[in-house]
Order: sequence, then C-alpha cells, then structure tokens
Amino acid sequence: MPSNALSRPVSSVQVLALAAGVFLLIAGRTSAAWSAQAILNVSYDPTRELYQDYNSVFVKYWKARTGQDVTINQSHGGSGKQARAVIDGLDADVVTLGLAYDVDSIAAKAQLLPADWQKRLPENSCPYTSTIVLLVRKGNPKGIHDWDDLVKPGVEVITPNPKTSGGARWNFLAAWGYALKKDNGDEAKARDFVARLYRNVPVLDSGARGSTTTFAERGIGDVLIAWENEALMSLKEFGPSRFEVITPSVSVLAEPPVAWVDKVVERHGTARIARSYLEYLYTPEGQSVIARNFYRPRLASIREKYRAQFPDLPLFTVDEVFGGWSAAQKKFFADGAIFDQIVQGAK
Amino acid sequence: MFENFGFTGANAPHSRRVGVGEPPGVRRALLAITFAFLGLFLFLPLAAVFTEAFAKGLGVYLAAISSQEARAAIRLTLTTAAIAVPLNVGFGLAAAWLVARFEFPGKQFLATLIDLPFSVSPVISGMLFVLLLGVRTPMGEWLADHGLRIIFAEPGIVLATIFVTFPIAARELIPVMQASGQDEEEAAIVLGASGFQMFTRVTLPNVRWGVVYGVVLCAARAMGEFGAVSVVSGHIRGATNTMPLYVEILYNDYEFSAAFAVASLLALLSIVTLTLKHAVGRRVASQIKHAGEELPRLAA
Repeated sequence: MPSNALSRPVSSVQVLALAAGVFLLIAGRTSAAWSAQAILNVSYDPTRELYQDYNSVFVKYWKARTGQDVTINQSHGGSGKQARAVIDGLDADVVTLGLAYDVDSIAAKAQLLPADWQKRLPENSCPYTSTIVLLVRKGNPKGIHDWDDLVKPGVEVITPNPKTSGGARWNFLAAWGYALKKDNGDEAKARDFVARLYRNVPVLDSGARGSTTTFAERGIGDVLIAWENEALMSLKEFGPSRFEVITPSVSVLAEPPVAWVDKVVERHGTARIARSYLEYLYTPEGQSVIARNFYRPRLASIREKYRAQFPDLPLFTVDEVFGGWSAAQKKFFADGAIFDQIVQGAK
Repeated sequence: MFENFGFTGANAPHSRRVGVGEPPGVRRALLAITFAFLGLFLFLPLAAVFTEAFAKGLGVYLAAISSQEARAAIRLTLTTAAIAVPLNVGFGLAAAWLVARFEFPGKQFLATLIDLPFSVSPVISGMLFVLLLGVRTPMGEWLADHGLRIIFAEPGIVLATIFVTFPIAARELIPVMQASGQDEEEAAIVLGASGFQMFTRVTLPNVRWGVVYGVVLCAARAMGEFGAVSVVSGHIRGATNTMPLYVEILYNDYEFSAAFAVASLLALLSIVTLTLKHAVGRRVASQIKHAGEELPRLAA
C-alpha cells in the first residue's frame, strides 16, 4: 500500500461548494465596484497615450471642481470590435471610437443611446480630428510620395483589417477618394486602384496599433498607411532616425467621435461625470492634451500653437465623397460588399 | 502531452532491445537535428524573452512587474486558476470514476464529449459564452437586470478558463483510475467501510499522483490561456486583464521591456510547471505500471 500522502482529502462536493462561493463573491464584488465613482472609457486602438494623459488631467480637474475622486478605466481595441463588445454588454460609460458608424451601430443594435447622439456635443461630437498619412522607412528607399506609389509592384503595404479596425476603414476610403479624384470620379478605376493596393498588403492586423507594431517593431513592409497621430507617435517612440512621415497630395478628414452611453450612465449614476469628461475635451486644457498627443485640435488658438506639427493638405470628408458613414459602410465594408469582393478576388 | 500513458509498463511484450538497425551515424544525425530544432524553437525564444525583459535593467523589470496594473493582472490570473483548477479536478475525479468503474450505454460518447473543449478553438469557446451570456441574449438580460456581470468581468474569464481546461484533469485521471482497478475498493467495502471511507482511504490515495499531475497541467493551461479569455475580457486595464492579455497590451503600448518582463513571469511559471510535471509524471507512470503488474498476479 502506498503511504497516505493526501491524508485529509476533501471531497469534490466540498471543493465545488467552495469554488461556487468564491465565484459568486467575485461576481458580487464586480457589480459593487462599479457603484464607486469610476467610469469606463471604451476607446479605439491608437488613443492609449492620449487618454492616459487626458485622464490624469481630468481627474485633477474633477477633484478641484467637485472634491470628488474619480477613477477612469480604459479599454482599447479595434473600433469595430470595441463597438461589438459594448453591444454585447461591455459596460462603457463613454465610448470614444474611431468613426461615427461604430457609435451608430451601438445606438441601432442595442439602443443604449439615442440615434441623434452626434448632435449633443459641438463639432458633431468630434473634439479632435486627424487624417491618414504614409509612414516609410528612413531615406524612403522605395521612393514613396503619394497614394500612386502604393500600387507599384514590389511595394509592401501595411494596413489593418477594415472589418475590425476603424483606422483601416479611413485608410481604405482615403485611397478610394484619391483614386476618384485622380480619374474624375470613375468608380471602376477607383475599385481597380484599391484592389491593386490591397494585393500589396501581406498582413491585415485587427487594429491600427497592431499594424504599427508590425511595421515598426517587427520590420515588415515598406509603407504603413496610418493615422497621422499614430505616425507622429511612432516617430516619437522609435526616434525620427528610423522613419519618415509622407504627407500625400490629398487625404480624408478623419473625425473620431465621442459619446456618453445613456443606459449605462443611468444605471451607474455617472451621467454628470461622463458628460463633463467629454465636454472637458473641448476646453483649451483638453485641446492642449489632444494636440500634444498628435491629434488635430478643433480650437483655433491651440491649432495655431501646434501649427508646425500638422501640415496643410487638401482633406475631403466622408459626407462629401461617400454620402456619410452609413452609405460608405454598406457599400464597402458590409458582408459581401466591395472590400470582401476585393479580398476574394486577390486569392 | 498525454502520450506518456501509453500503458508501456502494463501491456508491452517483454522485448529485449533487439538491434534496431540504425547505424550510429544516422542516430547521431537524428540527435543533432532534434537538439538543433529544440534550440531553435525552444531555448532561443526563451532566452530572448529573458534578454528582452532585462534589456533596460533590473529597475525597469521590477517596476514593470510591480506596477498596479501588473499586480492586478497577476492577481486575476492566480484567482482564476485557483477557482478553475479545484473545480476541474473535482469534475475530473467524478468523470474518471464514472468511466473507469461503470458500464453504461453511451459511455464512449461521454468520453468523447469530455474531450470537446480540446477540439474546439479557444476563440470559439469564448464566443460561445458571449453568445450565451451577452446582454443581447435572454439569459444575459436576466443577469444584467439582477446586477450580475459575467461577460466582460472576472466571472466570464473564470468561466471561459474552466471550459478550456476542463478535460485536462479527467484525461489524466481516467487511465490511472482504470489501471488501479477496483479490487482494493471491493475489499474495503467487504471489510465494512462506507462509500465515503472507501473513496477517501482507498480510491483517492491510489490515484493521488494522477490528481497532482492533473492539477499541475490544469494550472499551467489556466494561467496561460489567451484566446478564450481575450474574447470575454473586455480588456479593461487593471480590472479584467489576465497576464497573457496584459503582455499583449504592454507590447502594443510600445512598452516592450515591460511586456517581456511580464512574459518572463509567465515563462517562469511554465518552467516550474514543467519541473513539477516531470517529477510527478514519473510517479504516475510507476503507479500505472505497479497496478498493471499487480493485477494479473492477484487474478491468478
């Protein structure tokens, strides 16, 4: 007989009961934690540094104004993926996503906020803008100067997947808009141009930040189609000796929106704080944080101060060229729409 | 992972080493290839993890693994394992008991069903819980109405981990339980032991190394799980990130040294697990062998 190593064994029933108890304890603690003054900001991929910076500024401001301590929790990921999570129950007090369509789908599919949410804050609820630029390796070895150069054979282009990433959809539309402009609005030629561009893409990451690390850290590809803020940020992170930002001849005006989520803030009792959190983005203090994190501020005075950082280039809007995000989403990114056809065709 | 239960001791014919005709040159070449492969795919990445982790010095390393978010991730990972492992070992014991001791219709089907989480991609496992318990579903709505958060909170992470790790203990225990046979248990009952006494004094001691082995493997997988947990986590910093998820976040934050620092903690955990597994695995094998040799003699 083997010696009795487990001399006081516990039955599986006891173990089960214990585990169930712990489980319920955690479930209870989680719901209790939200009743404290904390809000959750569910954001898209490249805003990590922006909101890290902004949150600490806002926490100080809120403490000075109300004497109340507030914790701001952050979650980041591809814009479409994050919207999906909020629809499935991720408890976002505020959403700060990559494009208005993703907030629209939260309003439409889960009715967590009214359909006209975009009218509640100034500038269509977009406190900052950005655009899409090209990031190349130092010295620009492949001689990339504009969108045209991305479809040349032998050029590897890095861009995320438009199905999950907001930035990727802006990238797609920027390229399409350029092609339309060049060929006087010829849709077939634009489609061909974009199809050739995606044939040069070796890997589609799920978010913009994933693509940036693919390009910058893993060293894959010749050119990264990126948010301007993301491109400038990688110059700062990796040093200007490794990359160059190429400003194309024309690009899209990217307008990432913000909104508080009515149903959630009602339940948490955080309506006032969530609203102030977003409104403070429009103040000179908020706009400074925005500009120093490489997003284009709305406020003229701050824009003037950071003039050198943001070159002037002709920018078209999604409303002008594509008739708004709903139309663009349906035409290009819905299941079986143009993006799917292009990717299928490439195989 | 499980091939060391090939019943080598019990049923293998007593074959002496018959000269299997590889010339020494071939053997050496095979050995060299094996070690080159191991070095390239195992030791090199492992060394890289630790080199990167300490690339910016010990100070950065310590700061990275002791930051508030890192501690939250470590705590969540350990809590999750602490819940998932005992539950699954309890389940594994019950399942092994059932499969090893009873004949019933559908037994083979049950054994297959237990293995289901192994054959399903972890991402699908995570999706399954979102589809089952997300707020857009009847069950999720009921939970939300009662203020209980499962998906995108700790309980969801625990559930997903339990799901992906639940075959492990059962898989380990079934062969051990089968090999140990039921003669000693029958003897205990004949001598007047109650069912519970028999279980705690005979059955459990007989399979104890199987239990320990199951715990080790189950804990390793529970702490390392990425896919399923990623889907149900919601990625809230300092709240619903386990260590593997936190590594990804740090990496995407351009905090490469910190990412590798946390990764090195995970790597350390798996090295500890591996050592334990090695030690315990030999006891399990000998337990099976012992039981297998004992039985025919008893029967004779």
